Amino acid sequence: MGKLSDLGVEEVINGLSNKSFSAKELVQAYIDKILEDKILNAFVRVNPEKSLKNAELSDDRRKRNKVLPLDGVPIAVKDIFCTKNEETNASSKILENFVPQYESTVTRKLLESGGIIIGKTSMDEFAMGSSNETSNNGVVLNPWSKGEKKLVPGGSSGGSAAAVSARLCSAALGTDTGGSIRQPASFCGVVGLKPTYGRCSRWGIIAFASSLDQAGPIARSVRDAAIILEQISGFDTMDSTSVDKKVPNLLTACSQSIKEKTIGIPGEYQISGLSDDVRNIWKQGIEWLKSAGANIIDISLPHTPYALPAYYIVAPAEASANLARYDGIKYGFRANNITSLDDLYSKTRSEGFGAEVKRRILIGTYVLSAGYYDAYYLKAQKVRTKIVQDFNIAFEKCDAILTPTTPAGAFEIGEKSHNPVEMYLNDIFTVPASLAGLPAISLPSGLDNNKRPLGLQLIGRPFDEESILSVASVLEDSANFRSMEIEQGIVS
Amino acid sequence: MSNPIKLKGEKFLWEMVIGLEVHAQIKCKSKLFSGAACDFGAEPNSLVSFVDAAMPGMLPVINKEAVNQAIKTGHALNAKINEISVFDRKNYFYPDLPQGYQISQFKSPIVGEGWIDISLEDGSSKRVEIERLHLEQDAGKSTHDQDPNLSFIDLNRSGIPLMEIVSKPDMRDWKEAGAYLRKLRSIVRYIDTCDGNMDEGSLRCDANVSVRTEGDVLGTRCELKNLNSVKFMMKAIEFEANRQIEVLEGGEKVEQETRLYDPNKNETRSMRSKEDAHDYRYFPDPDLLPLHVDLQRINRLKKELPELPDKKKARFEKEYNLSSYDAGVLTADIQHANFFEKVVVGRNVKFTANWIITNFFGMLNDLGKSIDESPVDSEQLGELLDLIQDGIISGRTAKDVFEEMFTKGGNARQIVESKGLKQISNTDELEKMVKDVIDENNKQVEQYRSGNEKLLGWFVGQVMKKTGGTANPKIVNEVILRLLKN
Repeated sequence: MGKLSDLGVEEVINGLSNKSFSAKELVQAYIDKILEDKILNAFVRVNPEKSLKNAELSDDRRKRNKVLPLDGVPIAVKDIFCTKNEETNASSKILENFVPQYESTVTRKLLESGGIIIGKTSMDEFAMGSSNETSNNGVVLNPWSKGEKKLVPGGSSGGSAAAVSARLCSAALGTDTGGSIRQPASFCGVVGLKPTYGRCSRWGIIAFASSLDQAGPIARSVRDAAIILEQISGFDTMDSTSVDKKVPNLLTACSQSIKEKTIGIPGEYQISGLSDDVRNIWKQGIEWLKSAGANIIDISLPHTPYALPAYYIVAPAEASANLARYDGIKYGFRANNITSLDDLYSKTRSEGFGAEVKRRILIGTYVLSAGYYDAYYLKAQKVRTKIVQDFNIAFEKCDAILTPTTPAGAFEIGEKSHNPVEMYLNDIFTVPASLAGLPAISLPSGLDNNKRPLGLQLIGRPFDEESILSVASVLEDSANFRSMEIEQGIVS
Repeated sequence: MSNPIKLKGEKFLWEMVIGLEVHAQIKCKSKLFSGAACDFGAEPNSLVSFVDAAMPGMLPVINKEAVNQAIKTGHALNAKINEISVFDRKNYFYPDLPQGYQISQFKSPIVGEGWIDISLEDGSSKRVEIERLHLEQDAGKSTHDQDPNLSFIDLNRSGIPLMEIVSKPDMRDWKEAGAYLRKLRSIVRYIDTCDGNMDEGSLRCDANVSVRTEGDVLGTRCELKNLNSVKFMMKAIEFEANRQIEVLEGGEKVEQETRLYDPNKNETRSMRSKEDAHDYRYFPDPDLLPLHVDLQRINRLKKELPELPDKKKARFEKEYNLSSYDAGVLTADIQHANFFEKVVVGRNVKFTANWIITNFFGMLNDLGKSIDESPVDSEQLGELLDLIQDGIISGRTAKDVFEEMFTKGGNARQIVESKGLKQISNTDELEKMVKDVIDENNKQVEQYRSGNEKLLGWFVGQVMKKTGGTANPKIVNEVILRLLKN
């Protein structure tokens, strides 16, 4: 056994249960590691006293044989989840000093299953970004950066992905609106799972685009992601869009055979901007699945080219309303030297929001305006319906769809931050599943030419996380990404 | 058929076209999308949930009770209930709107077209069509006059469920508008979906007013706000119609705008023009799924409806043989109708109805009290009526007793006993008194007997004086007539 902080969720659960170490020792090891890797800037806030206190309570439960499913597992939480009595800012100045008096449903479930929140992680402001560069807390460094080449961790759950990759936590929580779990997971060489829309409650998660936002785990392994998801899932009467469905045993699904499974390969994802490395990994993935006995077929998702533009209408439209509550009246930041009510609004929001958030509020306001609504918002909703239909037809013939997670590996800090459209193109493969509300997982499958991680994505039927977990487990075994991490010095 | 008022301008005869938008706060335990209580007059900001204050990450959850109330109201308006309706966000910034948008229903309201019949002064009735009824949340309350530099926000009202009831432009004068608003208020009180209190703002009304020469196409309308009572609404419409006529006859155009009514000056003033109108950017609220109500629920709620004003009025006419007018007055308010039906049991209908309408409602009206503030309940009033009917007190005395009951409290019988107001109906006793009067006034007796029959009243007066007004005037009359003949 190596360092304590090298352990993932399943190993931690086993180790604690074998009494190889205590939760307190484990949490201390992570606290030390977080300090050691401060340069990554993955965390915006840690509360070592509180985390250690919770670890003691966990150890105490274990002594009394009252062990909970995630007892003692140190988990990092994206700063978009409201945590009771703990500052929560969504990496925005406009929410500075905001301390929620309530606990989001997902983090409450995490705590109630014995998990220990080790800290809050950085993110793109209000989850708007694909590189974590829009954060009000400064850039986060991808642990795969080497020398002068400082890489972005992806976004918006960049802090969470970087923290898992650098072993600063056993696993992390993120949220995914158009790829915000899967894309950073792919960039940082970890597993990211976006569940079916409605699987996890959105209550207490700071909203970006309500019809798309979903919480999910970022972890070192498919099995770890399954363990976490099982604990945070479930119907919540406080979220009208959460769905009353029984949560299956997801860990069992990870070891199911895929011999009977049919995997669809969508032709429309063969885009011109696809790097050769990505193309090769994708081919390799198909071969791995074939050797595991899966049936591979070509499928068509004809409306895929319209997914990204539709997404960049629907998401900003919803955001423009969701972010209207940040007005300087009730909580958070309020600008100084106010002369009128309009002045209060415009100064507070001009100074409190960053450039990308303002851009999306403007886009969203525009597409909902009288005279433009039908041409943009309504049209985008129609595209969304078409995309859902595409998937429905495809899933008549296959059980899961295999695609790359991103068109290329991680880019350098500053490389794309001045070209929004190029930045948005990062989401091209992740957005369709978001628009259709489907479960999707990204798992690290190889490295590109520059030795940067590349992920493959599996998309499943609604509420069939089990299928994508079983297929992902096969890919994970075949890819043996751990050896690349060791080879590249990510883990000793 | 109705015969609406037409306004005479300098040049033409004008007719008015009026449509009303009524906001009715739903009588409900909790708010439309949160568990906070709906109460009037609580400590500011004491009835506010995290949802009502629009805290980050908070989500709305629809209150089924409020939906049921809206469906019941829809049924009472003879309207179509939509099995699927959609909540939309209406976006605008204001400090008493914490979310920065109001959750409302724009394209797909819960209730579609319906109608109500209104009664007009000339006894005719008119049907006014309803365009729609939709659910929405109320905003908080801003107060700007408490401090020179600060505004105060009370979020107790934030999220209270409202029904917006939109009429078609079917009303042709302010009297029809007044009758419509009163009828609507009567209906929501009957079915207990809104307390209909315009003073407290639980019922609010905006009026869309335009004018046209007879038979012409619709004119440009103005929306009138701040109409805080039926009376003010009617006055505002009258003022506004005349203003528009003046504008049009002066060769100018009416601007489509929102105008604020000033009850002190009795005038309307421009508040914002069409150009300044908000673009509310309505879109379906992604936090809420479309609202489904199944037919079973819709039908069950229909069955649960109580007897409505029109039906009750018809029944009163038939069952109690009351005039249309009396039945109308008695059934305009559910509590009034219930009061009447309690008192009338075992009593003379016409007499009871008259007494309640003239004296009881009259007293409530004079003192500006509602029926639930009345110090005299139905049993107490019944006892008083029995005393009159049994000849124990005269109608005249009864009015004094009633006033005492109303102002100082107490039961009729007690007051009559303690003050010795009991009417003397004992013929022997009265005969003795009449004889005394006759003996003492020979001159008047002679005059009467020689043909001055007008003196009868004077004799009655003398007897009444002797008895301190407690003699039964009917019997006194009889006795005097009989004894003077002899």
